[in-house]
Amino acid sequence: MKKCLVRLSACLLSVFMSLSLIPPACVRAALGYTYNYDWWGDVQFSPDAYEVVGVYTAKDLGLDMDFNSPSGMFIHENRIFVCDTGNNRIIEWERTKADSFSLVRIIDEFKGDVENTTFLGPTDIAVSADGYLFICDKNNGRILKLDQDLNFVMEITKPTDETFDQSLDFLPHKLTVDSAGRVYCVATNVNKGLIKFEADGRFAGFLGATPVTFGWTDYIWKRLATRQQREQMESFVPTEYDNLYMDYEGFIYVCTTNVSASNLYSGKTDAIRKLNMMGNDILIRNGNHPIIGDIYFDEGGGYSGPSLLTDITVFDNDVYVAVDKVRGRLFAYDDQGRLLYAFGGNGNIDGYFKQPIALDHMEKDLFVLDLRDRSITVFTPTEYGRLIFQAIEQFRAGEYAASGRTWEEIKKRNGNYDLAYIGIGRSLLRQEKYREAMDYFESKWDDENYSMAFKQYRKEWVEENIVLVFLLAFAVLCLPLIIGRIRKIKHILDTSDLFK
Amino acid sequence: MIVASGKKEKYRHYLKTLRFALYCISHPIDGFWDLTHEKRGSIAAANTILILTLAARIAKLQFTSFIFNKVYWPEVNIFLYLASILFPLALWCVGNWGLTTLFDGKGRLPQIYMATCYAFTPYPLIQFPLIFLSNIVTKDEGDFYGVLSAISIFWCAVLIILAMMQIHEYKLSKTILFSIGTIFAMLVMVFILLLFFSMVSQGVAFFISIGKEILFRL
Repeated sequence: MKKCLVRLSACLLSVFMSLSLIPPACVRAALGYTYNYDWWGDVQFSPDAYEVVGVYTAKDLGLDMDFNSPSGMFIHENRIFVCDTGNNRIIEWERTKADSFSLVRIIDEFKGDVENTTFLGPTDIAVSADGYLFICDKNNGRILKLDQDLNFVMEITKPTDETFDQSLDFLPHKLTVDSAGRVYCVATNVNKGLIKFEADGRFAGFLGATPVTFGWTDYIWKRLATRQQREQMESFVPTEYDNLYMDYEGFIYVCTTNVSASNLYSGKTDAIRKLNMMGNDILIRNGNHPIIGDIYFDEGGGYSGPSLLTDITVFDNDVYVAVDKVRGRLFAYDDQGRLLYAFGGNGNIDGYFKQPIALDHMEKDLFVLDLRDRSITVFTPTEYGRLIFQAIEQFRAGEYAASGRTWEEIKKRNGNYDLAYIGIGRSLLRQEKYREAMDYFESKWDDENYSMAFKQYRKEWVEENIVLVFLLAFAVLCLPLIIGRIRKIKHILDTSDLFK
Repeated sequence: MIVASGKKEKYRHYLKTLRFALYCISHPIDGFWDLTHEKRGSIAAANTILILTLAARIAKLQFTSFIFNKVYWPEVNIFLYLASILFPLALWCVGNWGLTTLFDGKGRLPQIYMATCYAFTPYPLIQFPLIFLSNIVTKDEGDFYGVLSAISIFWCAVLIILAMMQIHEYKLSKTILFSIGTIFAMLVMVFILLLFFSMVSQGVAFFISIGKEILFRL
């Protein structure tokens, strides 16, 4: 007995010793850096899907001067462009290794036959497939098109079209370019959607304004309110977009921070939309929760209100990631609009932010530009994160069995991950193992998929037990008839004079 | 021997009154009249129907397919769940009785209770088969489930109104008026109960703090 106790205390001691040896970076995961929501909306902590490669300030990246309110970032192949707005310059790096970058050039002026060959507060840059640079030269009120050697090609200034309010300044804020060289631009003060320009710089109208909803209660309130109150009320205009990203198929993902909690919950405004060429929203929302970042939030620590998704990036497997500038969190959703994982936070440790402002990706690595920390954080998927991508890609490629095995691996690493169970179920469903699939779906409350599996299972069951089904139907239909007949005969026998 | 036959007689009477519930729900006007005026119902049968209703509620929680009824088990309290039927029922009976005695209602409290319980009959009658049904349909076919479930509630509601009408010997318009009145009476009772309990707890807290104060001074 005594020996036992000694052994136990030795064990405990060694456990404590080894615990204290774990560096703080590893403990972070246990504190809930990465999480997800289950069907009920309860937070389920998960292993980290992304880990920090490094946090780089301007000096780490070979610059003499710190960033000054940087606001835009664009990644083209292995080159990174950052708009150093306050210093009126754009900086380009090349990623040489996973954690090393070499400075390519500092773009603060360009060559060409125009009056002003410098920038004033550049806010965004995009590189087209054929290598032209498109720059939002915001405070000069123009969009510049430069070739690779910084020769002036074209500039887009304020449209003279009458649909564009001429009393407003043209302040292009964010832009993207499609494969044909058309420019889509988010401009400050313009709430009619994205501004579209043809490849030759011609104004081509607005795209994808949010529909305005106007209920009868709003109408009554407006009628009752005084002029001053009316002015303070929410005006019924489409919301302005904050940022946009063109995915590999040419669809434009837009996000807005012009949201309120009630409008997000009721679906009146969408934090994220996916626009097709007609400007219609085609984002799939099959998740258990709306695509609004955090589905609930407490007012604490100086932060309040819903997540404000300020930038978005889309991987080639239709997984998209958005960044919340309030609480410094990144939210990854799959093509069905289900939250894959959320991670991050505000703070000074690596992997936390002060105020993230821009987000982009290089292959599967995420780059986050921090406005107040003046740094770029580079994330790379962990084994767990890579497995999730792998499972999604395998399923999309039709390799259902392989996808199921990958989800099994993920389930081993995170038993609280609803999508792992549903993923296994979906792969079993495709392999026509309906009974097993049903169990997986039921355990994670996925009634849509469960019904699909159950329908097939029921069909199989009926086909196998067709005799039993017929017997039962026969019994139900004919037994009352037979009983009635017997009773009748009995009644006749009882009342007949024969046996008296 | 006499005792035994008396018991048997009682049992047969009980079964007869229980079976009368089926007549009541299909011929409510006639049935609820006979329930009290011809003494064809019994409190024992009413209790049985109530217990069946509660059983249907609980069975529904446990055995309905998760497609139609997703239960967050950590927050289920079976007693609160049962009270969600029993408490409104008690309030209804007392409130209805209190109101109708003032306005020529002929029903007594046990009769009101009995008739209300008899009016619950469609609920277990439909809900038990529905539990089975829910496990053999998919989500697309769920409309059947929803409609049948709604019918069971609606049928009960109509029966309660008709039962009150026949027991109190009211006209339909007067019954509906007094049913609405009863709902208000229930609200008033809930309000008074809340007031009472909060007053009691405040009073208790007051004396506890006095006791503490005295102990500190000693």
